[in-house]
Amino acid sequence: MYDITGYHEADSLATIFKIIKADPKAKVIAGGTDVLVKARERKQDFIATQLIGITRIPEMQGITMAEDGTLSIGALSTFKQVEKDPLVQQYIPMLGEAVSLVGGPQTRHVGTIGGNICNGATSADSAPTLFTYNATLEIHSEAGVKNVPIADFYKGAGWVDLEPGEILVRIKIAKADYEGYLGHYTKFAQRQALDIANLSCATLIKMAPDQTIADLRICFGVAAPTPIRMPQAEAFAKGQAINDATLKTIGKYCLADTNTRNSWRASKEYRDHLVQIIPARNILAALKEVQ
Amino acid sequence: MNQTIEFTLNGETRHYSVDVRQSLLELLRDELALTGTKEGCGVGECGACTVIVDGETVDSCIYLAVWADGKTLTTVEGLAAEDGSLSDVQTAYVQDGAVQCGFCIPGMVLSSTQFLEDNPTPTRPEIKRALSGNMCRCTGYQKIVDAVADVAEKRQENADIAPVNFTRHA
Repeated sequence: MYDITGYHEADSLATIFKIIKADPKAKVIAGGTDVLVKARERKQDFIATQLIGITRIPEMQGITMAEDGTLSIGALSTFKQVEKDPLVQQYIPMLGEAVSLVGGPQTRHVGTIGGNICNGATSADSAPTLFTYNATLEIHSEAGVKNVPIADFYKGAGWVDLEPGEILVRIKIAKADYEGYLGHYTKFAQRQALDIANLSCATLIKMAPDQTIADLRICFGVAAPTPIRMPQAEAFAKGQAINDATLKTIGKYCLADTNTRNSWRASKEYRDHLVQIIPARNILAALKEVQ
Repeated sequence: MNQTIEFTLNGETRHYSVDVRQSLLELLRDELALTGTKEGCGVGECGACTVIVDGETVDSCIYLAVWADGKTLTTVEGLAAEDGSLSDVQTAYVQDGAVQCGFCIPGMVLSSTQFLEDNPTPTRPEIKRALSGNMCRCTGYQKIVDAVADVAEKRQENADIAPVNFTRHA
Protein backbone atom coordinates (compact mmCIF):
# COMPACT_ATOMS: atom_id res chain seq x y z
CA MET A 1 0.00 0.00 0.00
CA TYR A 2 1.21 3.45 -0.81
CA ASP A 3 1.00 6.01 1.96
CA ILE A 4 -1.44 8.36 0.25
CA THR A 5 -4.53 9.99 1.68
CA GLY A 6 -6.69 9.96 -1.42
CA TYR A 7 -6.77 9.72 -5.20
CA HIS A 8 -8.58 11.91 -7.70
CA GLU A 9 -8.77 11.16 -11.40
CA ALA A 10 -8.83 14.65 -12.94
CA ASP A 11 -10.89 15.05 -16.12
CA SER A 12 -9.84 18.63 -16.89
CA LEU A 13 -7.17 21.19 -16.06
CA ALA A 14 -9.81 23.18 -14.14
CA THR A 15 -10.35 20.19 -11.85
CA ILE A 16 -6.61 20.01 -11.07
CA PHE A 17 -6.47 23.74 -10.27
CA LYS A 18 -9.50 23.40 -7.98
CA ILE A 19 -8.10 20.47 -6.02
CA ILE A 20 -4.67 22.09 -5.61
CA LYS A 21 -6.23 25.38 -4.52
CA ALA A 22 -7.97 23.54 -1.71
CA ASP A 23 -4.90 21.42 -0.91
CA PRO A 24 -1.59 22.87 -2.20
CA LYS A 25 0.26 19.77 -1.02
CA ALA A 26 -1.67 17.44 -3.33
CA LYS A 27 0.73 15.77 -5.77
CA VAL A 28 0.14 15.49 -9.48
CA ILE A 29 0.86 12.03 -10.88
CA ALA A 30 1.11 10.96 -14.53
CA GLY A 31 2.75 7.60 -15.33
CA GLY A 32 3.92 7.23 -11.75
CA THR A 33 7.35 5.83 -12.62
CA ASP A 34 9.03 8.54 -10.53
CA VAL A 35 6.27 9.58 -8.10
CA LEU A 36 5.41 6.06 -6.91
CA VAL A 37 9.07 5.10 -6.56
CA LYS A 38 9.60 8.17 -4.37
CA ALA A 39 6.44 7.37 -2.41
CA ARG A 40 7.75 3.90 -1.75
CA GLU A 41 11.08 5.32 -0.60
CA ARG A 42 8.99 7.50 1.76
CA LYS A 43 10.50 10.71 0.39
CA GLN A 44 9.15 13.86 1.93
CA ASP A 45 6.34 15.50 -0.12
CA PHE A 46 5.45 12.12 -1.64
CA ILE A 47 3.78 10.51 1.37
CA ALA A 48 0.70 11.31 3.44
CA THR A 49 -0.61 13.36 0.57
CA GLN A 50 -3.40 12.99 -1.93
CA LEU A 51 -2.62 12.23 -5.53
CA ILE A 52 -4.22 13.78 -8.60
CA GLY A 53 -4.12 11.52 -11.64
CA ILE A 54 -3.79 13.55 -14.83
CA THR A 55 -3.35 10.96 -17.59
CA ARG A 56 -6.88 11.37 -18.96
CA ILE A 57 -6.71 15.12 -19.67
CA PRO A 58 -7.31 15.77 -23.39
CA GLU A 59 -5.23 18.99 -23.87
CA MET A 60 -2.12 17.18 -22.67
CA GLN A 61 -2.23 14.36 -25.24
CA GLY A 62 -0.93 13.91 -28.76
CA ILE A 63 1.85 15.26 -30.94
CA THR A 64 0.87 17.84 -33.56
CA MET A 65 2.37 20.38 -35.95
CA ALA A 66 1.01 23.92 -36.24
CA GLU A 67 0.74 25.77 -39.58
CA ASP A 68 4.00 27.61 -38.92
CA GLY A 69 5.79 24.29 -38.44
CA THR A 70 5.95 24.43 -34.64
CA LEU A 71 5.86 20.96 -33.17
CA SER A 72 3.73 20.55 -30.07
CA ILE A 73 4.19 17.52 -27.83
CA GLY A 74 1.52 16.79 -25.23
CA ALA A 75 3.18 16.47 -21.82
CA LEU A 76 1.41 13.15 -21.29
CA SER A 77 2.92 11.54 -24.37
CA THR A 78 4.60 8.38 -23.16
CA PHE A 79 8.19 7.70 -24.14
CA LYS A 80 6.94 4.98 -26.47
CA GLN A 81 4.46 7.34 -28.14
CA VAL A 82 7.22 9.92 -28.67
CA GLU A 83 9.61 7.27 -30.05
CA LYS A 84 7.05 5.90 -32.52
CA ASP A 85 5.50 9.22 -33.58
CA PRO A 86 5.84 9.96 -37.32
CA LEU A 87 6.32 13.73 -36.78
CA VAL A 88 9.07 13.09 -34.24
CA GLN A 89 10.75 10.59 -36.56
CA GLN A 90 10.64 12.99 -39.49
CA TYR A 91 11.51 16.34 -37.90
CA ILE A 92 13.15 15.76 -34.52
CA PRO A 93 14.51 12.20 -34.71
CA MET A 94 17.09 12.84 -31.98
CA LEU A 95 14.27 13.14 -29.45
CA GLY A 96 12.85 9.76 -30.48
CA GLU A 97 16.34 8.27 -30.21
CA ALA A 98 16.84 9.78 -26.73
CA VAL A 99 13.55 8.60 -25.22
CA SER A 100 14.03 5.12 -26.69
CA LEU A 101 16.90 4.77 -24.19
CA VAL A 102 14.84 5.48 -21.05
CA GLY A 103 14.73 2.57 -18.55
CA GLY A 104 13.08 -0.50 -20.03
CA PRO A 105 9.98 -1.07 -22.18
CA GLN A 106 7.58 -1.13 -19.21
CA THR A 107 8.81 2.29 -18.06
CA ARG A 108 8.55 3.69 -21.59
CA HIS A 109 4.96 2.45 -21.88
CA VAL A 110 3.71 4.53 -18.96
CA GLY A 111 6.38 7.16 -18.22
CA THR A 112 5.68 10.54 -19.83
CA ILE A 113 7.92 13.17 -21.38
CA GLY A 114 6.29 15.86 -19.24
CA GLY A 115 7.03 13.88 -16.10
CA ASN A 116 10.62 13.38 -17.23
CA ILE A 117 11.07 17.17 -17.38
CA CYS A 118 9.07 18.11 -14.26
CA ASN A 119 10.98 15.54 -12.19
CA GLY A 120 13.97 17.87 -12.60
CA ALA A 121 16.69 15.21 -12.87
CA THR A 122 19.85 16.20 -14.70
CA SER A 123 19.98 12.63 -16.04
CA ALA A 124 16.53 12.78 -17.69
CA ASP A 125 17.03 11.30 -21.17
CA SER A 126 14.65 13.72 -22.89
CA ALA A 127 16.17 16.84 -21.32
CA PRO A 128 19.49 17.42 -23.18
CA THR A 129 17.73 16.92 -26.50
CA LEU A 130 14.94 19.35 -25.63
CA PHE A 131 17.58 21.89 -24.52
CA THR A 132 19.31 21.73 -27.90
CA TYR A 133 16.00 22.11 -29.73
CA ASN A 134 15.35 25.24 -27.59
CA ALA A 135 12.04 23.75 -26.47
CA THR A 136 9.43 26.01 -24.89
CA LEU A 137 7.27 24.72 -22.06
CA GLU A 138 3.62 25.73 -22.10
CA ILE A 139 2.57 25.94 -18.47
CA HIS A 140 -1.03 26.44 -17.44
CA SER A 141 -2.41 27.64 -14.13
CA GLU A 142 -5.62 29.19 -12.94
CA ALA A 143 -4.05 32.60 -13.74
CA GLY A 144 -3.44 31.73 -17.40
CA VAL A 145 -0.79 30.35 -19.71
CA LYS A 146 2.92 31.10 -19.74
CA ASN A 147 5.64 29.91 -22.09
CA VAL A 148 8.98 29.20 -20.46
CA PRO A 149 12.23 28.34 -22.30
CA ILE A 150 13.36 24.96 -20.99
CA ALA A 151 16.78 26.35 -19.97
CA ASP A 152 15.02 28.74 -17.54
CA PHE A 153 12.82 25.97 -16.14
CA TYR A 154 15.61 24.01 -14.45
CA LYS A 155 16.69 25.66 -11.18
CA GLY A 156 18.80 22.98 -9.51
CA ALA A 157 19.03 19.26 -8.86
CA GLY A 158 15.44 17.97 -8.77
CA TRP A 159 14.21 21.56 -8.68
CA VAL A 160 12.18 23.12 -11.48
CA ASP A 161 10.27 26.37 -11.79
CA LEU A 162 6.82 24.91 -11.21
CA GLU A 163 4.63 26.19 -8.39
CA PRO A 164 1.74 24.19 -6.92
CA GLY A 165 -1.18 24.73 -9.27
CA GLU A 166 1.01 25.05 -12.36
CA ILE A 167 0.84 22.24 -14.90
CA LEU A 168 3.16 21.58 -17.84
CA VAL A 169 0.66 20.99 -20.64
CA ARG A 170 2.70 20.97 -23.86
CA ILE A 171 6.30 21.10 -25.04
CA LYS A 172 6.86 23.15 -28.20
CA ILE A 173 9.72 23.27 -30.69
CA ALA A 174 9.82 26.01 -33.36
CA LYS A 175 10.58 25.16 -36.98
CA ALA A 176 13.77 27.30 -36.97
CA ASP A 177 15.09 25.15 -34.13
CA TYR A 178 14.90 21.83 -36.00
CA GLU A 179 14.89 22.63 -39.72
CA GLY A 180 18.23 21.82 -41.35
CA TYR A 181 19.76 20.37 -38.18
CA LEU A 182 21.22 16.92 -37.70
CA GLY A 183 21.51 15.46 -34.27
CA HIS A 184 22.85 12.62 -32.19
CA TYR A 185 22.29 11.72 -28.56
CA THR A 186 24.61 9.61 -26.45
CA LYS A 187 23.54 8.04 -23.21
CA PHE A 188 26.73 6.83 -21.61
CA ALA A 189 25.77 4.18 -19.05
CA GLN A 190 26.97 0.83 -17.73
CA ARG A 191 24.13 -1.13 -19.30
CA GLN A 192 22.13 -0.76 -22.49
CA ALA A 193 18.82 -0.79 -20.62
CA LEU A 194 17.39 -0.19 -17.14
CA ASP A 195 20.15 2.23 -16.32
CA ILE A 196 20.66 5.89 -15.60
CA ALA A 197 23.25 7.85 -17.56
CA ASN A 198 26.75 8.34 -16.15
CA LEU A 199 26.82 11.19 -18.59
CA SER A 200 24.56 12.10 -21.49
CA CYS A 201 25.00 14.48 -24.38
CA ALA A 202 22.74 15.80 -27.11
CA THR A 203 24.42 17.45 -30.09
CA LEU A 204 22.62 19.30 -32.85
CA ILE A 205 24.52 20.60 -35.85
CA LYS A 206 23.71 22.62 -38.96
CA MET A 207 26.26 22.77 -41.77
CA ALA A 208 26.79 25.74 -44.10
CA PRO A 209 27.03 25.15 -47.88
CA ASP A 210 30.82 25.62 -47.67
CA GLN A 211 31.00 22.65 -45.24
CA THR A 212 31.75 24.78 -42.21
CA ILE A 213 29.63 24.65 -39.07
CA ALA A 214 26.70 27.08 -39.36
CA ASP A 215 25.37 26.30 -35.90
CA LEU A 216 26.25 23.86 -33.14
CA ARG A 217 24.29 23.16 -29.99
CA ILE A 218 25.54 20.89 -27.24
CA CYS A 219 23.79 19.98 -24.01
CA PHE A 220 25.02 17.61 -21.32
CA GLY A 221 23.09 15.72 -18.68
CA VAL A 222 24.83 14.74 -15.42
CA ALA A 223 27.66 17.24 -16.07
CA ALA A 224 26.12 19.75 -13.64
CA PRO A 225 23.13 19.81 -11.24
CA THR A 226 20.88 20.55 -14.24
CA PRO A 227 21.18 19.81 -17.95
CA ILE A 228 23.60 22.41 -19.29
CA ARG A 229 24.32 23.99 -22.70
CA MET A 230 27.89 24.72 -23.79
CA PRO A 231 28.03 28.43 -24.71
CA GLN A 232 31.81 28.64 -25.28
CA ALA A 233 32.05 25.56 -27.48
CA GLU A 234 28.97 26.59 -29.45
CA ALA A 235 30.31 30.13 -30.05
CA PHE A 236 33.72 28.81 -31.07
CA ALA A 237 32.30 26.23 -33.50
CA LYS A 238 30.49 28.72 -35.76
CA GLY A 239 32.32 29.00 -39.09
CA GLN A 240 34.85 26.25 -38.30
CA ALA A 241 35.57 23.35 -40.60
CA ILE A 242 35.21 19.91 -39.09
CA ASN A 243 38.63 18.48 -38.41
CA ASP A 244 40.57 17.06 -35.48
CA ALA A 245 41.68 20.45 -34.21
CA THR A 246 38.12 21.82 -34.21
CA LEU A 247 36.72 18.76 -32.44
CA LYS A 248 39.48 18.85 -29.82
CA THR A 249 38.92 22.53 -29.13
CA ILE A 250 35.17 21.93 -28.76
CA GLY A 251 36.01 19.28 -26.15
CA LYS A 252 38.28 21.67 -24.25
CA TYR A 253 35.59 24.36 -24.14
CA CYS A 254 33.07 21.78 -22.94
CA LEU A 255 35.36 20.88 -20.06
CA ALA A 256 35.51 24.57 -19.12
CA ASP A 257 31.72 24.92 -19.17
CA THR A 258 30.77 21.77 -17.26
CA ASN A 259 30.76 21.13 -13.53
CA THR A 260 30.95 17.37 -13.07
CA ARG A 261 31.03 15.51 -9.79
CA ASN A 262 32.06 12.23 -8.22
CA SER A 263 29.29 9.75 -7.62
CA TRP A 264 29.06 6.00 -7.22
CA ARG A 265 28.13 5.81 -10.90
CA ALA A 266 31.31 7.43 -12.18
CA SER A 267 34.25 9.50 -10.98
CA LYS A 268 34.71 13.16 -11.81
CA GLU A 269 37.85 12.28 -13.80
CA TYR A 270 35.93 9.79 -15.90
CA ARG A 271 33.12 12.26 -16.53
CA ASP A 272 35.60 15.02 -17.42
CA HIS A 273 37.18 12.68 -19.96
CA LEU A 274 33.77 11.88 -21.48
CA VAL A 275 32.82 15.56 -21.60
CA GLN A 276 35.77 16.19 -23.91
CA ILE A 277 35.22 13.33 -26.34
CA ILE A 278 31.48 12.69 -26.62
CA PRO A 279 30.48 15.91 -28.46
CA ALA A 280 32.99 15.07 -31.22
CA ARG A 281 31.65 11.53 -31.48
CA ASN A 282 28.11 12.90 -31.65
CA ILE A 283 29.00 15.39 -34.38
CA LEU A 284 30.55 12.67 -36.51
CA ALA A 285 27.65 10.29 -35.85
CA ALA A 286 25.07 12.97 -36.72
CA LEU A 287 26.81 13.80 -40.00
CA LYS A 288 27.29 10.13 -40.86
CA GLU A 289 23.59 9.41 -40.47
CA VAL A 290 22.78 11.52 -43.57
CA GLN A 291 25.37 9.99 -45.87
CA MET B 1 -10.77 5.07 0.59
CA ASN B 2 -12.24 2.75 -1.97
CA GLN B 3 -13.21 3.34 -5.56
CA THR B 4 -15.19 0.97 -7.71
CA ILE B 5 -13.55 0.16 -11.00
CA GLU B 6 -14.52 -1.96 -13.97
CA PHE B 7 -11.95 -3.78 -16.04
CA THR B 8 -11.47 -6.86 -18.17
CA LEU B 9 -9.13 -9.38 -16.58
CA ASN B 10 -8.04 -12.38 -18.63
CA GLY B 11 -11.15 -12.08 -20.79
CA GLU B 12 -13.61 -11.64 -17.95
CA THR B 13 -15.31 -8.37 -16.98
CA ARG B 14 -14.77 -7.51 -13.34
CA HIS B 15 -16.24 -4.89 -11.04
CA TYR B 16 -14.14 -4.38 -7.99
CA SER B 17 -13.97 -1.95 -5.14
CA VAL B 18 -10.28 -1.16 -4.77
CA ASP B 19 -8.38 0.71 -2.09
CA VAL B 20 -6.86 3.74 -3.85
CA ARG B 21 -3.59 3.15 -2.00
CA GLN B 22 -3.17 -0.24 -3.60
CA SER B 23 -0.83 -1.08 -6.46
CA LEU B 24 -2.20 -3.23 -9.26
CA LEU B 25 0.23 -5.92 -8.08
CA GLU B 26 -1.35 -5.91 -4.62
CA LEU B 27 -4.84 -6.07 -6.11
CA LEU B 28 -3.90 -9.06 -8.25
CA ARG B 29 -2.02 -11.01 -5.61
CA ASP B 30 -3.70 -10.10 -2.32
CA GLU B 31 -7.32 -9.57 -3.36
CA LEU B 32 -7.76 -11.67 -6.49
CA ALA B 33 -5.33 -14.45 -5.49
CA LEU B 34 -3.60 -14.30 -8.86
CA THR B 35 -0.15 -15.03 -7.49
CA GLY B 36 1.47 -15.81 -10.84
CA THR B 37 2.47 -12.13 -10.98
CA LYS B 38 5.56 -11.76 -8.80
CA GLU B 39 6.97 -8.92 -6.76
CA GLY B 40 10.71 -8.48 -7.26
CA CYS B 41 12.20 -5.05 -6.70
CA GLY B 42 8.96 -3.14 -6.10
CA VAL B 43 10.29 -0.06 -7.90
CA GLY B 44 9.86 -0.89 -11.57
CA GLU B 45 13.35 -2.10 -12.32
CA CYS B 46 13.14 -5.89 -12.57
CA GLY B 47 9.93 -6.66 -14.50
CA ALA B 48 8.87 -9.64 -12.35
CA CYS B 49 5.48 -7.96 -11.87
CA THR B 50 4.90 -7.36 -15.60
CA VAL B 51 1.29 -7.55 -16.79
CA ILE B 52 -0.27 -6.50 -20.08
CA VAL B 53 -2.57 -3.46 -19.96
CA ASP B 54 -4.34 -2.48 -23.19
CA GLY B 55 -1.70 -4.18 -25.30
CA GLU B 56 1.34 -2.78 -23.49
CA THR B 57 3.45 -4.31 -20.76
CA VAL B 58 3.59 -2.40 -17.47
CA ASP B 59 5.23 -2.97 -14.10
CA SER B 60 2.21 -3.58 -11.87
CA CYS B 61 4.15 -2.71 -8.69
CA ILE B 62 4.31 0.97 -9.67
CA TYR B 63 0.88 1.10 -11.29
CA LEU B 64 -2.06 2.11 -9.12
CA ALA B 65 -4.90 -0.39 -9.05
CA VAL B 66 -7.45 2.37 -9.78
CA TRP B 67 -5.71 3.00 -13.11
CA ALA B 68 -7.03 -0.35 -14.34
CA ASP B 69 -10.47 1.28 -14.61
CA GLY B 70 -11.82 0.78 -18.15
CA LYS B 71 -8.78 -1.22 -19.25
CA THR B 72 -8.10 -4.73 -20.49
CA LEU B 73 -5.56 -6.73 -18.49
CA THR B 74 -3.77 -9.99 -19.10
CA THR B 75 -1.80 -11.78 -16.40
CA VAL B 76 0.14 -15.02 -16.78
CA GLU B 77 -2.98 -16.88 -15.59
CA GLY B 78 -4.75 -15.71 -18.74
CA LEU B 79 -2.37 -17.29 -21.24
CA ALA B 80 -3.20 -20.99 -21.08
CA ALA B 81 -6.32 -22.30 -22.85
CA GLU B 82 -9.39 -23.30 -20.83
CA ASP B 83 -8.37 -26.95 -20.92
CA GLY B 84 -5.07 -26.01 -19.30
CA SER B 85 -2.94 -26.44 -22.41
CA LEU B 86 -0.11 -23.93 -22.53
CA SER B 87 0.26 -21.13 -25.07
CA ASP B 88 2.93 -21.57 -27.71
CA VAL B 89 5.17 -19.08 -25.87
CA GLN B 90 4.85 -21.04 -22.62
CA THR B 91 5.49 -24.30 -24.44
CA ALA B 92 8.63 -22.92 -26.06
CA TYR B 93 9.97 -21.76 -22.68
CA VAL B 94 9.51 -25.31 -21.36
CA GLN B 95 10.95 -27.03 -24.43
CA ASP B 96 13.98 -24.73 -24.68
CA GLY B 97 14.83 -25.09 -21.00
CA ALA B 98 14.41 -21.36 -20.55
CA VAL B 99 13.16 -21.70 -16.96
CA GLN B 100 15.62 -21.88 -14.08
CA CYS B 101 14.34 -20.69 -10.69
CA GLY B 102 11.21 -19.44 -12.45
CA PHE B 103 10.63 -16.21 -10.55
CA CYS B 104 11.11 -13.91 -13.54
CA ILE B 105 9.30 -16.20 -15.96
CA PRO B 106 5.69 -14.93 -15.69
CA GLY B 107 6.96 -11.45 -16.52
CA MET B 108 9.26 -12.75 -19.25
CA VAL B 109 6.44 -14.76 -20.81
CA LEU B 110 4.08 -11.78 -20.82
CA SER B 111 6.71 -9.47 -22.34
CA SER B 112 7.43 -12.15 -24.96
CA THR B 113 3.74 -12.72 -25.71
CA GLN B 114 2.95 -9.04 -26.28
CA PHE B 115 6.17 -8.48 -28.21
CA LEU B 116 5.38 -11.28 -30.67
CA GLU B 117 1.94 -9.73 -31.23
CA ASP B 118 3.59 -6.42 -32.09
CA ASN B 119 6.50 -7.87 -34.05
CA PRO B 120 5.86 -11.33 -35.51
CA THR B 121 9.22 -11.53 -37.32
CA PRO B 122 11.80 -10.24 -34.84
CA THR B 123 15.59 -10.28 -35.02
CA ARG B 124 17.58 -11.42 -31.98
CA PRO B 125 18.58 -7.85 -31.04
CA GLU B 126 14.92 -6.85 -31.22
CA ILE B 127 13.98 -9.73 -28.89
CA LYS B 128 16.69 -8.67 -26.45
CA ARG B 129 15.49 -5.09 -26.47
CA ALA B 130 11.88 -6.23 -25.96
CA LEU B 131 12.90 -8.24 -22.91
CA SER B 132 15.29 -5.62 -21.55
CA GLY B 133 12.83 -4.58 -18.85
CA ASN B 134 12.80 -8.10 -17.39
CA MET B 135 15.70 -9.27 -15.30
CA CYS B 136 16.61 -12.94 -14.82
CA ARG B 137 18.91 -13.25 -11.83
CA CYS B 138 19.75 -16.82 -12.80
CA THR B 139 21.10 -14.98 -15.88
CA GLY B 140 19.52 -17.56 -18.20
CA TYR B 141 18.91 -15.04 -20.94
CA GLN B 142 20.16 -16.99 -23.97
CA LYS B 143 17.58 -19.74 -23.73
CA ILE B 144 14.83 -17.23 -23.07
CA VAL B 145 15.78 -15.41 -26.26
CA ASP B 146 15.97 -18.79 -28.04
CA ALA B 147 12.43 -19.60 -26.91
CA VAL B 148 11.02 -16.35 -28.27
CA ALA B 149 12.89 -16.81 -31.56
CA ASP B 150 11.52 -20.37 -31.83
CA VAL B 151 7.94 -19.22 -31.36
CA ALA B 152 8.36 -16.61 -34.08
CA GLU B 153 9.87 -19.19 -36.41
CA LYS B 154 7.14 -21.77 -35.76
CA ARG B 155 4.36 -19.24 -36.23
CA GLN B 156 5.98 -18.18 -39.47
CA GLU B 157 6.18 -21.77 -40.70
CA ASN B 158 2.52 -22.35 -39.89
CA ALA B 159 1.52 -19.12 -41.57
CA ASP B 160 3.52 -20.06 -44.67
CA ILE B 161 1.84 -23.42 -44.96
CA ALA B 162 -1.70 -22.51 -44.01
CA PRO B 163 -2.95 -20.50 -46.99
CA VAL B 164 -1.51 -22.87 -49.61
CA ASN B 165 -3.14 -26.21 -49.00
CA PHE B 166 -6.07 -26.09 -46.71
CA THR B 167 -8.91 -23.98 -45.46
CA ARG B 168 -9.60 -24.24 -41.81
CA HIS B 169 -13.20 -25.02 -40.85
CA ALA B 170 -14.42 -23.81 -37.54
